[in-house]
Amino acid sequence: MEIQWRHDFDEALKDGRERKKPVLLDFSAAPM
Amino acid sequence: MYPDERVVRFITDHFIPVRVHVRDQASEFQRLGERYGAHWTPTILELAPDGTETHRVEGFVEAPELLAQLTLGLGEAAFKAKNWREAERHFQDVLTRYPETDSAAEALYWAGVSRYRATNDASALAETAAAFEKRYSDSTWAKKSSIWKE
Repeated sequence: MEIQWRHDFDEALKDGRERKKPVLLDFSAAPM
Repeated sequence: MYPDERVVRFITDHFIPVRVHVRDQASEFQRLGERYGAHWTPTILELAPDGTETHRVEGFVEAPELLAQLTLGLGEAAFKAKNWREAERHFQDVLTRYPETDSAAEALYWAGVSRYRATNDASALAETAAAFEKRYSDSTWAKKSSIWKE
């Protein structure tokens, strides 16, 4: 099981508003 | 910390996860880094659905501490929304599930404040101060609560 990371912040925030769900924003330097 | 199954499940259950990579998404990292004042990695932000920051985790932390921090953040978000009972529940979760983490003392403090805000009963604060005499007594949060002693 892995985290299904999104990479489009604006789309994720829009989705968060619609679903009333908080967003976890990870600034990372780890290999993608 | 992310390969930890507990972390994966917690993040998947509670958040819409977005990753912005410092090099592979350099312009996006700069844009959002400036917006949120984040200029170093790893930095994790918990954002309310309207995009306002409710909690921040900076630097590497082990899985139990990350889980405690993320739960603390859920409590802070509920507290800011004046959902006192929900906030207390999240803070109590930190104390129950991750009592050995650095976040536990802070959670004990805010659990007391949340209970006070929910009930308007000052004994919630006095009981919290008394609880700090039994555990986390060397913490900054114990000092902050000392003013509530009866």
